[in-house]
This record gives sequence, C-alpha cells and structure tokens, in this order.
Amino acid sequence: MTEDGLFVAWRAMLVRDLTLAMRRRADVLTSLFFFIIVVSLFPLGVSPEMAVLRGIAPGVIWVAALLATMLSLGRMFSDDHQDGSLEQMLLLPQPLSLLVLGKVLAHWLVSGLPLVLLSPLLGMQLGLGADAIGLLMLTLLLGTPVLSLIGAIGAGLTLGVRGGGVLVSLLVLPLYIPVLIFGTGAVDASLGGMDYEGHLSLLGAFLVMALLTTPLATAAALRISVE
Amino acid sequence: MGFKNSIAWYYFSSPKNFYALAGKLIPWFWVLAIGLIGVGLYMSFFVAPTDYKQGESYRIIFIHVPAAWMSMFIYLVMAAYAIIGLAWKVRMADMMASALAPTGAMFTFLALWTGAFWGKPTWGTYWVWDARLTSELILLFLYIGFISLQSAIDDPRRAAKASGLLAIVGVINLPIIYFSVKWWNTLHQGASVSPTMAPKMASIMLTTMLIMAIGFWMYTIAVVLMRARRIVLERERQTGWVRELLLGEGK
Repeated sequence: MTEDGLFVAWRAMLVRDLTLAMRRRADVLTSLFFFIIVVSLFPLGVSPEMAVLRGIAPGVIWVAALLATMLSLGRMFSDDHQDGSLEQMLLLPQPLSLLVLGKVLAHWLVSGLPLVLLSPLLGMQLGLGADAIGLLMLTLLLGTPVLSLIGAIGAGLTLGVRGGGVLVSLLVLPLYIPVLIFGTGAVDASLGGMDYEGHLSLLGAFLVMALLTTPLATAAALRISVE
Repeated sequence: MGFKNSIAWYYFSSPKNFYALAGKLIPWFWVLAIGLIGVGLYMSFFVAPTDYKQGESYRIIFIHVPAAWMSMFIYLVMAAYAIIGLAWKVRMADMMASALAPTGAMFTFLALWTGAFWGKPTWGTYWVWDARLTSELILLFLYIGFISLQSAIDDPRRAAKASGLLAIVGVINLPIIYFSVKWWNTLHQGASVSPTMAPKMASIMLTTMLIMAIGFWMYTIAVVLMRARRIVLERERQTGWVRELLLGEGK
C-alpha cells in the first residue's frame, strides 16, 4: 500500500468525524458547558476568596477537563458501532490503528481543543494572572490530546457494554493521574516561582508515548469488542 | 528436559486436566498457608522484639508489608497471565487472571487498611497523601476497574480478552503512575512523614516478614486455584466431562 493511500484514509476518517460532529453541535456544546459549570461550582462550594481560588485554580480546571473529556468519550465509537460502520472500518486494508488516530484527533479537535480555548476565561474567573493562564493553556494543549488518546482505549473496551458510561470513568481516570499531576504541577510550580520546564517536558513525553502506543491498544480493544 | 516440561504445560493448560491437578494441590497449599501464617503470626507477636521507637504498634508491619508486596506482585502475575491468554489464546490463562484479581484487590485493601491503623499511632493520622499510600490506592482502583469490566461484559470470552487488555495497559502505566505520584509528593509535601522504616532492620523482623509473605503466597495460590476451579466449571459447563463430574457428584 502506498503512503498516499494511508494518508487519504486517515484524512477521510478525520474529515468524516469532524463533519458528523458539526452536524450534532449540541453534543459538543453540552460537554463544554459541563466543563464551565463544574469549574463555576468550586467558588460556590469552597470560597469566593480570590486567594483561595488562585491556589486551587489549576487543579480545578484540570479536573474539570478530565471529567469533560470522560463525558465525551462515549461518542467516539458508539455511533459507528451501532450503525455497523465500525465493522467496515475493521475490514479496511488500512491499519486500524491509523484510522483510530484519525478518530482520536477528531475527538480532540471537537472536545479537547475547545477546553484549551475556554480555559483562559475560567482561569481569570479564578484569579489566575496572565503568565499562569498562558502556562495553563500550554499544559492543557499538551495534556488533553493524551486524555483523548488514553480515553479511546477505555471507549473501545466498553463498547456496547451495559453501563459503559460510568464504567469507562472507572477504567480511564486512574490512567489520567500522571497527566493531571504534571499539568497542574507546572502551573503550581510557576505560581510558586519554581522551574516548570521539567513538567512540560514530561507532558510532552507522555504525548509522544501515547501517540505511539495507545492507537495500537485501542485497535486491539475495538477488535475484541466487535468480534 | 525442556521438551518434557513444555508438554506438561500444555497438558495442564487444558481446563479438564487443570481441574484435576488443582483439586489435588489445593489441600497442600492450604496446609502450607495455615502453617506458615501460624508460625509467622507467632513470631510477630512473641518472638520479634519490641521496637525501641514505635513500641508494640509496629508489629502490624508483619501483615502490612507482606500484603503490600502481594498486592503489587499479584497485579504483575495477573498481567502476565493476561498476556499469555491474549497472545497464545490459552483459555486457562484468562481464567487464572480473573481468579487472581479479587485476591489482589483484597491484599491491596488489607495493605491500605493496616497502613491506616499503623499510621494512627505512628504519625498521628490515619491517612497521609504519601507517594506509597497514594499509589497503593490507585492500584486498588486498577483492580476494581479490572473486576468491574469483567463483570459488566456478559460474553465470558470477550470479558476475559477485554479485561486482559486492560490489565496489560495498567501494568505499563503502573511505573509511570508510581513515579508521577512520587514526584508530585516531593513537590507538594516537602519533608514530612514517610513510612520508610529505619534502614537497619533486625534480621528476626525480616525473617518473620518473609515467612508471612510466603504464607500469604501459599494462601493466594490455594484460594486462586479454588476460584479458578469454579470458573472452569462455569465456563465449561457444556462439555461432557463437567456434566459427568456434576452428575457423578449429584448421586
């Protein structure tokens, strides 16, 4: 198979998933509003004091991002599974992991990137300064693709399983912990006047590793679930 | 020799032969487990000396540390069985992986529970967000994820494969999670309490701990073999030998 053929298949998958997502905008907006609402609950539940909020802001925004990603994971394969197009994808001559990569990128563009773009607004609400907000965006930009990539494994494993939505959170959230630690750690370190480059490097390393390994695991999971 | 060995492995990877062998082995492992844990408990309460700093409360480590070892080791063994099950399609390996999970989760919980009881007199609190405690807690989550994925899928073959893949993903992530938590902890807490023990441990304590650990191993093998036998009966219930066996017992 030529390299062109692989690229064409990957791009077709990406464009298809993006088109489908654009036709069902309400789904996308729901998880975005979920993200905003969860963050807005913290000042109400913890304290309206800006000093307190500033301390917890990176963690709150990151945890909300994890939860919002979790919510949207169910959509990644379930529609294709129900209408049978997933089986067709499994039969394609192109490697399934490549198609998975296209789908995961579409998922991130639709549900991860908007979180990154919204985060400055929420950061401001929680009293973060401009530098911290910039860094928070950078950590989310590096980290949210990892969330989509790892989440895809969970979404593949729980395909068509009863109570899959809750189950996927149980499977995937423990695996999100390293991303959470270094995502919030970078912002915390910079707020504390410490060096944060190590955190960013590690987030980048997680991204590279997830890009290389998780599509294979997701493809295996899909084959198990569809078989 | 290697050839002979490999034949034995194939022979016992058939559920029927496994069932018979496990049935013979289980009583022996129970005897070893009860004996070793009995000796270990006697030594931990009456032979091991009182710690000059922590007094009597330290004696909980004779359960705590072996339980923590077991919790991690069982996860590794479980993942190894999952790999064998997925790569070579050995059904017995899948069944062993699912038989190991509840015992692994039990030891993880036991390690956390005894850790909390040890923490209270030693550090004055049941729980600290120490790296080891936190990663043990995450290990418990991984076990629970494995067990719940398995029980959520009705088709046993798919359940075994899916949870096997999850165990493999988990075992790759475990070191990443452990080191992340460790680094997070040093960044957040600085120098605070840590469960690291005095480096020089009396050899009697180490011996006791090892006896307890081996006793826990024997218990694990006994219980896991029993559970695996039940799983074999459940999954092979359509086969002739299981019917014969059950009808024979019913007489």
